[in-house]
Amino acid sequence: MNPVIGYAAIAAVALASALIGFYGLRVSRTTSDFYVASRTVRPWWNASAIGGEYLSAASFLGIAGLILLTGSDALWFPIGYTAGYLMLLLFVAAPLRRSGAYTIPDFTEARLESRWARRVTSLLVIVIGWFYIVPQLQGAALTVRITTGLPAWVGSVAVAVIVAVVVAAGGMRSITFVQAFQFWLKLTALAVPAFALLFVVGGGAPAELPPAQAFPPSAGPGDHDVYRTVSLMVALLLGTLGLPHVLVRFYTNPDGVAARRTTLIVLGLLSVFYLFPTVFGLLGRAFAPDLASTGEADALVLLLPGRLVPGVWGDLLTALVIGGAFAAFLSTSSGLVVSLAGVISQDLLGGSVRGFRIAAVASAAVPLVVALAMEPAGLAGSVGLVFAFTASTLCPVLLLGIWWRGLTARGAIAGMVTGAMLSGAAILGGAALSAAAPGIRPLLEQPAAWTVPIAVLVTVLVSRGDRRRVPRGVDAFLTRLHVPEREAG
Amino acid sequence: MPESMLLAAATGVVAGALAVGLVVLLRRLVVASKELGTDAERATYETLHLASRAAKHLRGDMTEADAARAGRHLRSMLGADSLAIVMPGGLVAVDGDEVVRPVAERLAAEATATGRSQVQRRIALAPDTAETDAVAAPIRAGGRAVGAIVAFSAPVRAGLVRATGEVADWVAAQVELSELDASRAALAEAEVRALRAQISPHFIYNSLNAIASFINTDPAKARELVLEFADFTRYSFRRHGDFTTVAEELRSIDSYLRLERARFGERLQVTLQIAPEVLSTVVPFLSIQPLVENAVRHGLEGKEGGGRITITAEDQGAFAEITVEDDGVGIDPEVLADVLAGGTPGEHVGLRNVDARLRQVYGDEHGLVVETNVGSGTLVRMRVPKSQPGRTAASVDPAARPDGRLVP
Repeated sequence: MNPVIGYAAIAAVALASALIGFYGLRVSRTTSDFYVASRTVRPWWNASAIGGEYLSAASFLGIAGLILLTGSDALWFPIGYTAGYLMLLLFVAAPLRRSGAYTIPDFTEARLESRWARRVTSLLVIVIGWFYIVPQLQGAALTVRITTGLPAWVGSVAVAVIVAVVVAAGGMRSITFVQAFQFWLKLTALAVPAFALLFVVGGGAPAELPPAQAFPPSAGPGDHDVYRTVSLMVALLLGTLGLPHVLVRFYTNPDGVAARRTTLIVLGLLSVFYLFPTVFGLLGRAFAPDLASTGEADALVLLLPGRLVPGVWGDLLTALVIGGAFAAFLSTSSGLVVSLAGVISQDLLGGSVRGFRIAAVASAAVPLVVALAMEPAGLAGSVGLVFAFTASTLCPVLLLGIWWRGLTARGAIAGMVTGAMLSGAAILGGAALSAAAPGIRPLLEQPAAWTVPIAVLVTVLVSRGDRRRVPRGVDAFLTRLHVPEREAG
Repeated sequence: MPESMLLAAATGVVAGALAVGLVVLLRRLVVASKELGTDAERATYETLHLASRAAKHLRGDMTEADAARAGRHLRSMLGADSLAIVMPGGLVAVDGDEVVRPVAERLAAEATATGRSQVQRRIALAPDTAETDAVAAPIRAGGRAVGAIVAFSAPVRAGLVRATGEVADWVAAQVELSELDASRAALAEAEVRALRAQISPHFIYNSLNAIASFINTDPAKARELVLEFADFTRYSFRRHGDFTTVAEELRSIDSYLRLERARFGERLQVTLQIAPEVLSTVVPFLSIQPLVENAVRHGLEGKEGGGRITITAEDQGAFAEITVEDDGVGIDPEVLADVLAGGTPGEHVGLRNVDARLRQVYGDEHGLVVETNVGSGTLVRMRVPKSQPGRTAASVDPAARPDGRLVP
């Protein structure tokens, strides 16, 4: 591959993101017209922004890579990533918007009237955010290595530095329009090459594997290990609820009704988007089966256009895909770093502007160290594990906090700690444990199906045993969460 | 390779947790060894410790759960078998044996009625249990008995009677303190209400004059201005709710500036930079409009040729920053410091009101930040947290509420 394309595309996207970040505020709303200036963000814009922030390296590169590796099994990932928003829509979006709490730690503190519940939640949010940034940086490392031939660490360092500088310098304010733009960039960067490839393939390019061999019926969707599938779905459906950068975006909506409408649009946008990684994965399985090795498979989206479309057009399509991939790394990481820096600076550094800057740098530096130290696993898989951890820790507290008046601070803390210990042990020590006892291997690789119920159970039992400490203001708070606002004009 | 890395990470985390636990344990031991003094010292410490723990539950609006928790500490302080706290309004908390409840209520009623301690001996609580003695001491706060402490012990000695009386007096002091707290909070709230910026008579006079000047020359414009005036006063005079959203506040500023522009004409320029993310942020009612009014009246009115006002609202992570800037005559920093400290009422009173309310609501670090000097304009900055779960913005959007009712 021609490294110049790689350099050019990466530089262009990095520069564009930084410039839009710094000048976006001025582009977005400078006017002397009060009516125009005080119009809230329309649900369409906001939904695009949520999509832009949500579609990470795992969605852009990981899904196609996983389909290439494991076949139709991997189709559950896009389903789970999208359907998580259905849960958000049904159970969380509108009540949380009405609560007035801006982050999950704010919510737990207000709901449970406990500083300790807040601290534990903050800690979990920070850990989750860090481990969610790691795959983004690994994706960047992979992209840089494949497309430019530079050492892999250059990519991670570049993304971490750009994000830290832009966020710390205050360049990510008025972020909605930046992220909305990123969504459409990512969609275009996958849709155009996907259609181009389909045309080329439709024109009679010879497949290296016949379809029947690429997708043997024996590995069809009916053949899956039921436990693994269920567990993966639990993790992805419930994990979306607790992602810090997603929830913050709902506060841009003026009311709960708009929050619901936004979520609905997000569902549509994501469904459309995930068609294209799937197309890439299917084509890759038929036309580039040689890429199917761990660590390389995630580069499928980057390499396929160059292989199937010869000449300048192939180069251009590749440049587009590289640009889209970098947009994915930058937008998701900066969204996460902004929310993490908010939590860290508020809880540890007194909420000053300087504290926010320090926190922003720390939020980018820690994942960078982890990303450099750890051997990259499959992108979609590692993000799936972060979802499992989120589902076992924050999701029970969030759901029970919104829907059950009996939740107490002790119950919430006990549930969060239990969920974190169990899922953390399964994720970190899983490899070592399953080597000792191969029978429990699926339980450790996809822990959500047992860790989430245990966390919920512990939360409920401890709260029940602690009934006298149900917060005093619980009725007023729940009323506020659930009584709809009057329909705004 | 990744397994070994992960394993190393896990081991590191576990080792770290153990080390922290060890340090905490050692610290406990050191602190505990320091406490070991003479018997008298330890008794004093024990009593004060119990008292301070009980005090936490006696302050504020006491509920049955609070009284029960306080009762547990008080009982171990007195060394009684059971202890009941009886407060007015039928609030009875018993720590120990629940069967004492009817006796406790009766004795408490006697003690509060007479205002003196009551001792009763040989009470049979239940048919087949041993008899016990009881002492009830009234809690006298503000010159009247508001409740009683009833201690059960077999037997009740003179020491316990005296101690119960002292405990009752101590509880009374706590109750009085909590009443003081409540009245202090009420006072602060009243202060905030009083500080709520008021529409200035000056402005009403000027607006009506401006409108009057248009009635003959441009009746359509005069009508429009009257409607703006109505909108503005409707918002400013509302009595309901102490909080609003940035969007609503901007709407009122729009009305205000239209009226001022009728007077200033082209001499008053406005620039807005509003990040849509902060529009739904909750701010104290009438906290931005006075800043704009200050910029117009004290910044631009005195300047020849008028000037420009720039209003920005920025998203800063967990905070929203709102600035109002004018390129007018500026303020002498010393005068301003004096005004914000509470001296010389009159000039810039709007700034002082907003500053005081912001400090009252969000704490001292959220007061106004003013950058100004004579002749070089004024920039006023406020920074409010976006997350305010306890506060709802009352809305007065007439389109949204056709019946005109104000709904929080």
